[in-house]
Amino acid sequence: MYSCSDLKKGLKLMIDDEPHVIVGFDFTKPGKGQALYKCKLRNMITGSLFDRTYRSGESFKPAPLEERDMQYLYQDDTGYVFMDTKTYDQISLSEETLADDKYFLVDNMEVKILMFGELGIGITLPIFVNLRVTQSDPWVKGDTAAGNNKPATVETGYTLQVPSFVDEGVLIQIDTRTGDYVTRVKE
Amino acid sequence: MADPNQGLAAKQQRLTSRARILTEIRAFFGAAGFLEVETPYRIPCNAPELYIDPLPSDSSVLHTSPELCMKRLLAAGYPQIYQLCHCWRAEEHGSRHLPEFTMLEWYRANSDYRQLMDDCEQLLAKLLPSGKLIYQGQQVDVRPPFERLTLVEAFNRYAPVSLDQAMVEEKFEEHYSDYVEPQLGRCKPTILYDFPAGMAALARTRPDKPQLAERFELYIAGLELANAFSELTDASEQRQRFEAAERQRQELGKPAYPLPERFLQELEQMPEAAGIALGIDRLVMLLTDADSIGQVVAFTPEEL
Repeated sequence: MYSCSDLKKGLKLMIDDEPHVIVGFDFTKPGKGQALYKCKLRNMITGSLFDRTYRSGESFKPAPLEERDMQYLYQDDTGYVFMDTKTYDQISLSEETLADDKYFLVDNMEVKILMFGELGIGITLPIFVNLRVTQSDPWVKGDTAAGNNKPATVETGYTLQVPSFVDEGVLIQIDTRTGDYVTRVKE
Repeated sequence: MADPNQGLAAKQQRLTSRARILTEIRAFFGAAGFLEVETPYRIPCNAPELYIDPLPSDSSVLHTSPELCMKRLLAAGYPQIYQLCHCWRAEEHGSRHLPEFTMLEWYRANSDYRQLMDDCEQLLAKLLPSGKLIYQGQQVDVRPPFERLTLVEAFNRYAPVSLDQAMVEEKFEEHYSDYVEPQLGRCKPTILYDFPAGMAALARTRPDKPQLAERFELYIAGLELANAFSELTDASEQRQRFEAAERQRQELGKPAYPLPERFLQELEQMPEAAGIALGIDRLVMLLTDADSIGQVVAFTPEEL
């Protein structure tokens, strides 16, 4: 069990029988009274955000979550399908759960899926992914608004800023944590 | 060679302002005839308070405030004293709290909390000669006089329930922090006064209204900056309040501490007096437009 003094950003706990993560946290002691722990919480299943304030003395169950190694297979009507690399069980993650991470999925990519029971609720991608540029206009000299950068779209439909020398058809490395361009990949 | 620590380097401007603010505070109190004192950080016990927990240090504790030692100096005949020191409070950590923080306390013999209200106005005038403060986009006119507001009025004005109702529902802290605090000190600094007697363990009660304590808090731009009161000088009353607080602490399963016997003994000699504690880190936050307390200290616990 967690107590109020364990509360901090990133902690995952059970509220109303569903896993939640603390995305914002502050401690306050108004008027020299009892301490309040103000949390911004995200429901890890529905994604909904809300504020809740706790007083010292309250306790919380840790969220029983498990990370499993999986491989990305394909997208179908049910969503994005992954296979457990140990048990070969298949599960499906919705587009909402993946959010922008869907742009960085490559066939057979090894990922970690966060499981709440039999429900996949989150994904951890490899830090770097290589994707091919499918569309990018040549850089116009004198267009200094974006420095030496220009927009480019990669094979998954994701658009980002790349240096002027990156042409269509080139393979680039992207940091999946930030979504930023890292380097051009030599082939 | 490794790169310099960017987080530390980024604080240089604010830490420079901080040093200047400390110099000006010392000049202010020096000119007003106050003696700067230093009392030990490690003491046998603090004044027992229900909601403040000290950090143990061997068989002693780190002080949560220098008030006991400073009042013993008052009792010994020091008329006007101030101290700038670090204080420790267990588990207080947030955007406006650090478990180790810097406090300014000053005490005046033969005085009461009204004089301290004037002191606050004068100190801010010294620190901000322009009379204008811009904090997180809010402009505050810090020229005297400050707004004076009772706690009852503040609840009537800003909270959905009255102070009495909030106390009955045991939701004082929630209403106070959600509705009242953010509205305080927005146009002018606010002196919030007339706290219930039960919320000021070391304060004198008002002679005309014994259910109220002669206590006030100073707010600027929603930030609580200082807590002040006329000191209780009745040693037997003080002992009873300490014993009650200690009993409540033990009912909550908190560690037991001895009562500060020497303080209680010497309190009998203490003249009428008033004292105030002002959070230096929060003052620097206001004067350097910092939105979190970690930006105005060189090292937070996470950066050690």
